[in-house]
Formats: sequence, structure tokens, C-alpha cells
Amino acid sequence: MSDFSAFSAAPRAVAAPARPGQIALRWLLFSLLGLFALFYLLPLFVMLTTSLKSLEEIRSGSLVSLPREVTFEAWRTAWSGACTGIQCEGLRPYFWNSVLLAVPAVLISTFLGAANGYIIAQWHFRGANLIFSAMLFGCFIPFQVVLLPMARMLGWMGLAGTIPGLIFAHVIYGIGFTTLFFRNFYVTIPSDLVKAAKVDGAGFFRIFWSIFLPLSLPIIVVTVIWQFTQIWNDFLFGVSFSQAGTQPVTVALNNIVNSTTGVKEYNVDMAAAIIAGLPTLLVYVVAGKYFIRGLTAGSVKG
Amino acid sequence: MHAWLERQIPKMVLAPSFVAILIFVYGFIGWTAWISLTRSKLLPKYDLYGLIQYRRLFAAPRWDTAMDNLFLFGALFIGIAMALGLLLAILLDQRIRAEGVLRTIYLYPMALSMIVTGTAWKWIMNPGLGIEAMVRSWGFESFSFNWVIDPDRAIYAVVIAGVWQASGFVMALFLAGLRSVDSEIIKAAQIDGIPGWRIYTAIILPSMAPIFLSAFIVLAHLAIKSFDLVVALTGGGPGYATDLPATYMYAMAFSRGDIGQAASSAMVMMGVVFAIVVPYLYSELRAKHV
Repeated sequence: MSDFSAFSAAPRAVAAPARPGQIALRWLLFSLLGLFALFYLLPLFVMLTTSLKSLEEIRSGSLVSLPREVTFEAWRTAWSGACTGIQCEGLRPYFWNSVLLAVPAVLISTFLGAANGYIIAQWHFRGANLIFSAMLFGCFIPFQVVLLPMARMLGWMGLAGTIPGLIFAHVIYGIGFTTLFFRNFYVTIPSDLVKAAKVDGAGFFRIFWSIFLPLSLPIIVVTVIWQFTQIWNDFLFGVSFSQAGTQPVTVALNNIVNSTTGVKEYNVDMAAAIIAGLPTLLVYVVAGKYFIRGLTAGSVKG
Repeated sequence: MHAWLERQIPKMVLAPSFVAILIFVYGFIGWTAWISLTRSKLLPKYDLYGLIQYRRLFAAPRWDTAMDNLFLFGALFIGIAMALGLLLAILLDQRIRAEGVLRTIYLYPMALSMIVTGTAWKWIMNPGLGIEAMVRSWGFESFSFNWVIDPDRAIYAVVIAGVWQASGFVMALFLAGLRSVDSEIIKAAQIDGIPGWRIYTAIILPSMAPIFLSAFIVLAHLAIKSFDLVVALTGGGPGYATDLPATYMYAMAFSRGDIGQAASSAMVMMGVVFAIVVPYLYSELRAKHV
């Protein structure tokens, strides 16, 4: 919650604006910042208010008006009754699909990234940098270029249309980024540490478990958050590699919103969108600092 | 013997990941490249027929639209997101009391799925009940904002949603950059009586050149991969007015049953990405070895 600390903190002494011109400038600055804040908050506000209105009120009222009568009917429908094509079970089963798929995929890819990063950063051998470059390169390919062979490969492995198949795909294409995160973190640890541990008789695994992993908490948090956000929000793999019962929540949301049958229930659409976005939003609010670090780690490498 | 084995352990632990990357990245790219040179339709065929798929691709009006859209969307999305992100970063850099809260507000869209973003904006821009209806109810009867259903404007609707989602991220990048500029230099400039805007244009911004490049790369990458946003916001429509290469590829692969076209369009997408990313990666990796 560190990002909200500024809210409660005692007013800091700002360089005292003396001249009227500076005061006007200060006001302009704050109104601009406020206007932009409105721009970013508007969609969330509209989603929330729309989801709490009845369809009738949506048709008669204004986009930004508060609900006259708050109803949670749309939320109930979105969670357990909305139709994604022929099935009408709401988002619930798909939400759990996303949980079942994201948790193992995040854990496995983070663990592999930690091991890979540790080796590349600390156990120098010929070709290690080449391997790292090869993995890094894999981060940047548009996934379209592997979509067709991956679909065939999953079929061949007997994993087509299954959650383990999706986990597999997310792990494989997540390795590049997780390795990058850990490698860049471990590179900053002096290599004398490994040398000293080796002199003391510690082996490869011992050094990893007892020395490196305990140091790694910040980068583990960054990586887990990054991977969770990526995998939870993924749509391309979800829509390409799943089938009727195994779709992740993003695919189900899109099916609810873009299903053409029946009356368009905008309030249900909005409730469903909030439900699908809630887990990552929550992670962001609780651990925003690490979220930003992950975002910038990929692009501003030191 | 034991010592030798001990030395092989790191390689053995790294090997599975490396082999997986070799097969699932490089092998698969090779497979797609091969298929793009065949006459595969519903099923892959492995006899080579030269560039026939690429000729079909470049002759297809739908692909033309997709590429035009990519460049239009990419230019606007990158340009506006960079400008807005930089503006926000500079505004936030003026010792604002509520900076933490504002930063959180500007950046939260980046945590959302593009499907959620697309769904929200589709509703906001709904001609019958969204912004258009709202402004009309204020008395501006002739106000019109139907971009999502107008074939000529729909791509701009995608730009709005895209900028909303990504500009906060650019802001975070630039803000980090602004903060890393040596404060001694800025103080010295202030003592010399150099006006604030000159300090930005002459000292701070030039020193942030690498961050402009990073932001550009990340945004370009996002633009080329944009798939979910278009699917949720316009479904590629009206007609195929907002098709991007990514939606074209998906349509060919999974609904048209034309994997030759899917493969060749994917290869072109990769070409575009690499034209932008490879020089950057190369310079990054070189800089590290120096």
C-alpha cells in the first residue's frame, strides 16, 4: 500500500510560491493533473456505475450518472448466469480455469527463471551469453509466429484444449522474461561469493538454496507479479489453445460481451469486465511498486 | 571424474530450458517459415512452392487494410502515448504533494487485460447509449461520436483505448528517467538563472534519449502484437476496417482454414518486429560487453 502513503502523509513543505504568477501556474498544474486523473478514472467509474444499474435505467439515464437504485443483479448474472455461447454458467467456471492455469504456470516459470538466471549470471561457461541472447530474443517474437506449430504440438502431446496445455505454453514462452529478470538481478551479486562458498565446500545446489534464494525475495516478487499479470490477462493463447470448457476468463468475457443472441445486457458486460480485471487490479493496488519495477525492468536495463 | 561431473551440473540444469527455447521458439519459427513457402490450406503440406503465399498476401485487399491500419494505429498510438506520458511525467515532477496517488491512478490501466479495456471503451463509445447520447442529452442534439461503428474512424477508437491503457506506463518510464538526472547539474543551472523550461529542453530531455528509445521499442512492440484490444473493441470491424496483421493471422489460422496465409502473415509480422527490435537488442548486448 506504499503508493497511497502520500495521501495520509503530513503536508510537505513545498517551496513557497511567492509571486501571483507562480500561484496561478501552480493552480494550472493541479487542474491539469486533476483532469488527467479524471480521464484515467472515467472508464472504471462508468464500468462500476453501469454494473450497478438496471437495464431500464441504463437506457433512460446518462452514461456518467450515479445509479438511482443500486442493484447487484448484474453481478450475480455475470458471475453465475451469463451466456458464453450456448452455455449459461457465467464467468465463475472460467475464473477458476484462469486460477488453475495461472498459479502453476507462474510458479514453474519463476522457478525456471531463477535457476537459469543463477547459472547464466554466476556459473560462467563458454556459450552462456549466447544462450542468454537466444532466450532474450525469444521474448520479442510476435507469438503469431509460433501459434500454428504450438497448436499442432499440443495436439500431438495430447494436451490440445486442456489447461495443462495452456500451462505448458505459458511456461515455455515465459522462460525468456523470467530468466532475464533473475539474470539481471544476480549479475549484481559479486562472484566472489560463489568462489568463497566453493572454497568452503558448498556445491551448485547448496549455493543456490542457501545463499542466492534467500537474497532473491524482491526479484521473486517482481517476477511473480509480472508473470501473473501476463498470464491472467492473456487472450491470444487462451483463445487459440482452449476449447469450450477450458477457456480462461478473458476469453469467456469476450464471449459474453460479443455474443449476438438475446438482449444486450450492458450492466452484465460491465460487471463481468470488472470481475475479470479484479485479480490483477488487486495485485497492482497491493504491490504497485513491484509491478512498476517489473514493467521497467524489461525495458530500462541497467 | 567427480569434479568433472560437478562442473557439468550448471549446464545440465540449464539444458532443458535451452532445448525448449530451441524447439519452441527457433524450431517453430522454422516450421512457420517453411509452411509459408507451401500451398498449405486446411492442413500443412510440405512441398515448397516459392513465394506463392506472400504474393497472395500482398495481393489481398484485407491484408493491405491490416498493414495500413498497423502503421496508422502504430504511429498515432506511439506518438500520443509518448507525448502524453512525457507531459504527465514532467507535470508530476513538480514536487506534487499527492504524487503517489496520481501515479497510481495514471498507471492502473496497464494492469488490466486489453479485453477488459476494450469492453469498457466499447461501452463508453457506444453511439446509442455512451458519450454520444450523454452529450446530446446536454442539449447538443447534432453531436456525433460513432467512431466504433464508422469504418473510416473505428481505428481511431482503438487508438483512444490503446493510449488510455499504455500512456501511464510511458509516464512511469519517463518519471524514473527524470529522477535519475544528476541533480547537481540542475542545481547549477538554476543558480545560473536558466529558466525551468530551458533546463528541461536543454539538459534533462537530451540526457533521457535512451529512455525515449526504450519507450518507443515497448510501444511499437505492443502495437504490433495488439490483438486483444481490436477483438474486444471492434472485432476487426466494421467489415474488416480495423483488422490488424494479428487479427488477420488469427482469422486465417483458425476460422478461414488457410494456414499458408496465416504462416506468411505471421512471418511478415515477425519481420516488422525484428526491423525495430534487433538493432536495439544488438546495441544493448554490445553495450554490456564493453
